[in-house]
Amino acid sequence: MSTVFIAFQANEETRPIIEAIEVDNAAAEVVHEPAMVKVNAPGHLVINRETIEELIGRPYDLQELQVNLITLSGNLDEDDDALTLTWNE
Amino acid sequence: MQIDLRTVTIEPRRKAFDHLIERFGDKPASRYQEGSYDIQAQENLHYRPTWDPDHELYDPTLSRIRMADWYVLKDPRQFYYSSYTLTRARQQDAAEMNFGFAESHGLLEQLDQPLRDAIQDVLVPLRHAAWGANQNNTFVCGYGYGAIFTQPCMYHAMDNLAIAQYLTRLGLLLDGTDALARAKRAWTEAPSFQTLRRLIEDLMCVRDPFELFVAQNLVLDGLLYPVVYGQLVDEVWSRRGASSVALLTQFQSQWFAETSKWIDSVIKTAAAESPENKQVLQEWVAHWTPRAAAAVADLVRPALGEDTDAALDRAREQLGVRLGKTGLAAKEH
Amino acid sequence: MTLTTDKTASKKKLGLKERYAAMTRDLGWEPTYRTPEELFPYLTYEGIKIHDWSAWEDPFRLTMDAYWKYQAEKERKFYAIVDAHAQNNGHLNITDARYLSALKLFLQAISPGEYAAHRGFARAGREFAGVGTQVACQMQALDEVRHAQTQIHALSNYNKFYDGFHAFARLRDRMWYNTVPRSFFDDAMTAGPFEFMLAIGFSFEYVLTNLLFVPFMSGAAYNGDMSTVTFGFSAQSDEARHMTLGLEVIKFLLEQDPDNLPIVQGWIDKWFWRGFRVLGLVSAMMDYMLPKRVMSWREAWNIYGQENGGALFRDLARYGIRKPSGWDDAEASIDHMSHQFMLALHHWNFGTAFHTWIPSEEEMTWLSAKYPDTFDRYYRPRWEHMRSIEEQGPQFHNFGLAKLCQVCQLPCVFTEPDDPSTLWQRETAYQGERYHFCSDGCQQIFDNEPEKYIQAWMPMQALFSELEGNVPAWMDWAGLINEQDNLNFHGSADERNFSAWRGLSTTNTTNQENPA
Repeated sequence: MSTVFIAFQANEETRPIIEAIEVDNAAAEVVHEPAMVKVNAPGHLVINRETIEELIGRPYDLQELQVNLITLSGNLDEDDDALTLTWNE
Repeated sequence: MQIDLRTVTIEPRRKAFDHLIERFGDKPASRYQEGSYDIQAQENLHYRPTWDPDHELYDPTLSRIRMADWYVLKDPRQFYYSSYTLTRARQQDAAEMNFGFAESHGLLEQLDQPLRDAIQDVLVPLRHAAWGANQNNTFVCGYGYGAIFTQPCMYHAMDNLAIAQYLTRLGLLLDGTDALARAKRAWTEAPSFQTLRRLIEDLMCVRDPFELFVAQNLVLDGLLYPVVYGQLVDEVWSRRGASSVALLTQFQSQWFAETSKWIDSVIKTAAAESPENKQVLQEWVAHWTPRAAAAVADLVRPALGEDTDAALDRAREQLGVRLGKTGLAAKEH
Repeated sequence: MTLTTDKTASKKKLGLKERYAAMTRDLGWEPTYRTPEELFPYLTYEGIKIHDWSAWEDPFRLTMDAYWKYQAEKERKFYAIVDAHAQNNGHLNITDARYLSALKLFLQAISPGEYAAHRGFARAGREFAGVGTQVACQMQALDEVRHAQTQIHALSNYNKFYDGFHAFARLRDRMWYNTVPRSFFDDAMTAGPFEFMLAIGFSFEYVLTNLLFVPFMSGAAYNGDMSTVTFGFSAQSDEARHMTLGLEVIKFLLEQDPDNLPIVQGWIDKWFWRGFRVLGLVSAMMDYMLPKRVMSWREAWNIYGQENGGALFRDLARYGIRKPSGWDDAEASIDHMSHQFMLALHHWNFGTAFHTWIPSEEEMTWLSAKYPDTFDRYYRPRWEHMRSIEEQGPQFHNFGLAKLCQVCQLPCVFTEPDDPSTLWQRETAYQGERYHFCSDGCQQIFDNEPEKYIQAWMPMQALFSELEGNVPAWMDWAGLINEQDNLNFHGSADERNFSAWRGLSTTNTTNQENPA
């Protein structure tokens, strides 16, 4: 199974995003690098709007992710509720 | 080791990059200058385009306009990405509040049906015209010469897209996605829009970037915006109680005023370069003005009726004043 | 309010996808006054077949309102840091002034590529026929001018204090090593719109851009350069969109018509190798120019090349796509390329607008550990040999000019993938002329399109034909100030100044005097 990943700048705004990913993706592995946090997961990774909203206590638009996004890998699909990354093989 | 770097006073070795010192003298450069001058590759271009082997990758001869130095065509707004984006983000905040207010107070629903129909049938289809303008400005950015001229064309293209999207939101407020379907039918089929659509399709085949700049930005938009937004929306419809529409097209009005300064400055500088340039510009203005005037007249006639010709005369006069300031004459040959 | 029920239904809040479709995709129309061929004249000559532009899938669905909002937020953060960096002498925070060589190379070689991508995507944003594709390309065109400008702005403050930055605009067009990225972008832009998208959108952005930005910017963070970290990561936030666009393009082409597969595969083969060669510059930056290293070129390749590229091509196998033909050769050269390239740069450092140096003992130990199979065996002896010569007198200068590869324009200094003791040199005779290549990959690219590559501007030949081999005249012409911008870091004004300025900040001497 190929690894999908997503990386964010390491800052206060991305903490709840990383936390939300950990909540919703049991297999995700979080790697801290200089100025950056990278999350790897086997085959599939999901970021749910609701999980982030529960953590920050306010409405959240998933497009806000882009402000701190560094890179990602995998086929991307985004709608109002979730952003997913998937490799088919 | 804790060091307090702020306390160190050191003399810089130089004030700016070489190419900016050559242009502006030995002094610190602005961010606009740093981000705009001489940043397009100029020499030793490696290969001819496979799609147009008769020209270079960046080729000033794609246009009939000749400039000794294309970097004189500066933008008086001094827009580089950051100043452009911050300006538009502020305007977008205002627009968002206006749309939010109009929606929550049901402002468009309060209008009478004939007026709603007029907005639907005259204004909303212009989202397609704005899309055409986006295509044309993207072309000028792609094929024009010199970063100082092409950079604001990309910003202009994205503004055109934003205008198409504001008009789309207006349509959605009026009647949801049905409004968009009706607007597209009008754009492709209604006789009142065919002169304009034909003109835009013709413009999309013009491959002289400067001619396209003149025809789209100076001439067509120079007539369309004053008539549609200046007169129809801000005057005629506002008098009929639809100032809410003016609220939702505020961006277009402000944008037209702001961008006209840039467009006029580019035209003025190009015209002042040589009598040959001036003649070419004059020829383009003469060629495209009657077509643009006819297109704008046809599209507003359903709303303005017998006042249409007077509206066009006023707009042509306004355009004439702008042309006069750039050193060109408004008269067609 | 007087809404009827069916109106309410039609006006219900649209989801992200429907809203984007209404705001963007729906803006286009079928032309009837002019033919599609007149409006989009370059869509067929490359042989690509598109039957249905509306099948294009938009990855990120940004409308202009959201674009301005989020980009403005990024810009505010970025310029706050760059301003603070300039006001507080942030340049003195870097670990060591040798690090500046990486920044000089970045400004001369990479930033002009960002600008080229801006223009290329503007053309693509007009030449494609589908609104979704056009808008995605236009946004990328807008982002790319941002990247060029944020890089110039971040590095502008370094130019005020250090050498090698001042002539970047002239060096872009005239400096021999800068023709490597220049010819790469010129090549992509002179190709048709589909090949351009494959070259930049897919091969460069998706397969290679992580290798350029992610480890390098982590390296900048390690080396105390917050302004570079900021432009790097701020640019990457756009790259995530660009990479996704690159991947969508390739899927779109492959789904549209089976005849597209061999064309696309050919472009992947070509542009992987083209991009890999450009990354030769990056490999040297990572292994040699960062005083404090975050990861080796090999380690970066394992994560972002092998693992990520591997995942990508396994995913694309369902369309019949295989790994690029040069993949194994690339893998075989990873443990060699940074050393070979840096040795060459050091050899020719009279002609580079940045400084080079012989790695310290401690750095060689690091390189041995990171390259256990190659460094001690092949490269440490060469560095040590150079060091012993330098200890005895002035640095050895190789004024002899290397053959440059006719395609990638790097000097032919790389070795055969299966034999590190033999130079990888290839030749093709074409119309009575002999052309030289650094690798099989570059030779194949030439052989597929000789008419294109014989046009390449070759900087060394220009030196001889136009400047009659006069090296000082060449330096003048190229924008290089001798004994200032070039040569060894040790003994340079950068070294002296940085150390003196740092001294001022750590002692209580009143700083009346500035070092020259």
